Amino acid sequence: MSLLVLSMLLATPIVVVVSSVFFTAGDIWTHLLDTVLTRYARNSLLLMAGVSVGVLTLGIYPAWIVTVYRFPGSKMLEWALLLPLAIPAYIIAYTYTGMLDVAGPLQSALREAFEWRYGDYWFPEIRSLGGAIAMLSLVFYPYVYLLARAAFAEQSGNVMETARSLGCSQHSAFFRVALPLARPAIVVGLSIALMETLADYGTVQYFGISTFTTGIYRTWNGLGSSIGAAQLSALLLGFVFVLVSLEAWSRQQSQFFNTGARNRPSTPGTLRGPSLCLAYAVCGLPVLLGFVVPFMQLLVWASITYDTILTRDFAGYLFNSVTLAAITAIAALGLALFIAYGKRVFPSQLTRASSRLVGLGYALPGTVVAIGVLVPFAWFDNRLSEFMVATFDYNTGLLLSGTVFILVFAYLVRFLPIALNTVDAGLAKIRPSMDETGRSMGFSPAALLRRVHIPIMRGSLATALLLVFVDVLKELPATLLLRPFNFNTLAIRTYELANEERLADAAGPALAIVLASLIPVILLSRTLRQAGEAPSSLPQGSSISDESK
Amino acid sequence: MTSPALQLDNVSVHLGGKLIVDSVSFRVPAGGIGCLLGASGCGKTTLLRAIAGFEPVSSGSVSLDGLPISTPMKMLDIEKRRVGMVFQDHSLFPHLSVRQNIAFGLQSMSVAKREARIDELASLLAIGELLDAFPHRLSGGQQQRVAIARAMAPRPEVLLLDEPLSSLDVELREQLAREIRGVLKHEGVTAILVSHNQFEAFAMADEIGVIKGGKLLQWDNAFNLYHTPASLAVADFIGEGVLIDGRAVGEHTVETELGVIDTRQIQDFNLPGTTDISLLLRPDDVFHDDASPTKARVVEKAFRGAVFLYTLELDSGKRVLSLAPSHHDHAIGEPMGIRLDVEHLVAFPKLPVV
Repeated sequence: MSLLVLSMLLATPIVVVVSSVFFTAGDIWTHLLDTVLTRYARNSLLLMAGVSVGVLTLGIYPAWIVTVYRFPGSKMLEWALLLPLAIPAYIIAYTYTGMLDVAGPLQSALREAFEWRYGDYWFPEIRSLGGAIAMLSLVFYPYVYLLARAAFAEQSGNVMETARSLGCSQHSAFFRVALPLARPAIVVGLSIALMETLADYGTVQYFGISTFTTGIYRTWNGLGSSIGAAQLSALLLGFVFVLVSLEAWSRQQSQFFNTGARNRPSTPGTLRGPSLCLAYAVCGLPVLLGFVVPFMQLLVWASITYDTILTRDFAGYLFNSVTLAAITAIAALGLALFIAYGKRVFPSQLTRASSRLVGLGYALPGTVVAIGVLVPFAWFDNRLSEFMVATFDYNTGLLLSGTVFILVFAYLVRFLPIALNTVDAGLAKIRPSMDETGRSMGFSPAALLRRVHIPIMRGSLATALLLVFVDVLKELPATLLLRPFNFNTLAIRTYELANEERLADAAGPALAIVLASLIPVILLSRTLRQAGEAPSSLPQGSSISDESK
Repeated sequence: MTSPALQLDNVSVHLGGKLIVDSVSFRVPAGGIGCLLGASGCGKTTLLRAIAGFEPVSSGSVSLDGLPISTPMKMLDIEKRRVGMVFQDHSLFPHLSVRQNIAFGLQSMSVAKREARIDELASLLAIGELLDAFPHRLSGGQQQRVAIARAMAPRPEVLLLDEPLSSLDVELREQLAREIRGVLKHEGVTAILVSHNQFEAFAMADEIGVIKGGKLLQWDNAFNLYHTPASLAVADFIGEGVLIDGRAVGEHTVETELGVIDTRQIQDFNLPGTTDISLLLRPDDVFHDDASPTKARVVEKAFRGAVFLYTLELDSGKRVLSLAPSHHDHAIGEPMGIRLDVEHLVAFPKLPVV
């Protein structure tokens, strides 16, 4: 029951947004329909299609190569491929714009070298749909990589060897067996990347591409129509619903695709000559373009502007950002465990529905969460203050709306599903018979969670915690709208400076975000490495599963 | 059907710098079924994986009809050596139906031929009903049948089976063992299975190799392994039995606690050349005979339907096993008359007492 209340509370923004469809917003709606709606939809769809191709290409092949082959540097690439996770989309967009723009170092050098003038030559325009697709793919591919790598690593070596003995080369075994088996996991990764794409505000805003998110912002801020903005968001939710269903379905499929945890993993192969070079290119390029190049550029800029960066204000932004992220991550993990476990112990339509309701939050763009949170909170604050004035003659003002509380609440709405997805995925790997074994041995559900599930899911839990932490740190649009007056975070500062075209100055806070995000990414990679190397947790798990047979 | 003969010459395999398989040689004739028998960790699975091409050999050669497929110098690619592999866990492709699983290795066949081959195997292995089901719906025995059908579908040169029955129920095992043997013989495929279970080996294989510590101790048929083991280790591993002390007296006589044996009545008997010897007594060598002057006390008994397996203690404290028809029912603690009735007997030099 408390599960349902919790879900309802977290689903408030969705309810607000969806119910907005039933209000009339006057002319704005028809105006939108006449002018920009098709463009929003078209751009958003094109963006999703492009990013799909991008993240699948950048994510799957490296995952396969680092799992199946060992070569000098393969261990390093295994974690380095996660690094772009530390760079928010808007930051990579600012950085590449600074590098590739007409006035940027690359084009200037070209002009100088060939004595061209502006307009004499063709150069890809970074501030375009294609540019946005490239930027988003470069930073969102690790979601696909992470899930694909885990899926490949879990595949039984026997299954791959069977395929080889039936006449498949390593290459065709990948397409005929490994890839289809990893498909559910890959689709989960892809749907996360696409939800991120739909939610992106910073990149498309900076590149001047009209998508739903920028449209919502414009409608709300420019046209001053919160209902119109909410209605646009409701449309966006339609897309999201498709993605969420896709993801849930894939996860269901993956239960049948388990090739057995107690099996020996594949013996890693070796690479030589041209195929080794190809492997380096395929695994190295995403790291290079998604992390090394923009990171170096940020370093260069920061080294020029460091004396304006290291101020007391800066320490304040840093403290604000990290505190918010830590509070949200811990709260999200606790709530995710609560919901996921409730769903498992009391499986019912109701619990499943409430967890799906919470799941929708993730795909809500930050702008939409902000609107969905602001409207009911403002209503509550106003009623409360009216009541207080009437009863005690004391004006509470905007008690909650202008505080950190509303910000954390919005973050939870937005990021709890990441934690929930990860915890759910971890829990799905534990067969129900294991629960029954534990229960029959006299463990309470709580003891079972503590003594069986959490030890087995340790990796998933760490992943959940870190993913939320990183995401809060990077979050821009909701923070932009909900922050208390004069409350600045690193993300806000970066956005403000970039939009004043002070890209070099923006490098300071941007670099701080990237560095802070690096810590959880490195921890995450270490968890992965340990999960891969130390089989100590595996035999425990498998001996339990043997008993349950 | 022309399945080639498989021959191993002095094959050694190292894993991570450790010697796992030590100079093993044997030959399985075309269409024959061989079994590598040994306790877990003895190197038998590694040897099987080396034959399959999953592990390289560090010396020696594996050849099919005289053509080497694995030497330290040259390894034929796994996908080109046409070995069928059946794993203990069946390893069916979970994303494919039974039909698609069987068809997996038949890509180069025409559709009509492929369907015909699938139908043939489905009827051979009695899985016709299951062709459209997915692996997670199948029982363990059904999965094993599908795994065998899948491995045999492309008519491999050699079929390799890793503990094919150990994940199945005991009752199912014997029946399936017979059935699989029938299918292998029908297809005429040369096969090697790996097992730690001698009854599985006896039921399926023509010839069996006992492996211990990476070495092949003996390669022979089940009858000979049981009755004329080449070493104590083999005798210890195969079948039930005990070693009793004996003394060779003259050329044809062995004295034991259970009486004197005239070795001229025993086929192919060789004395090891020492005076003090150990004799391997099988439960069927020790006969129940109430009239016999030799008595032994019943320590344990196990009812096996037609017979009892008695564990008996001699006056010296030495224990022997005896199979007796189950109508000869003796209580535990009771003395029971026994005599030796030996047709096959193996003697080893007596082990020094440590």
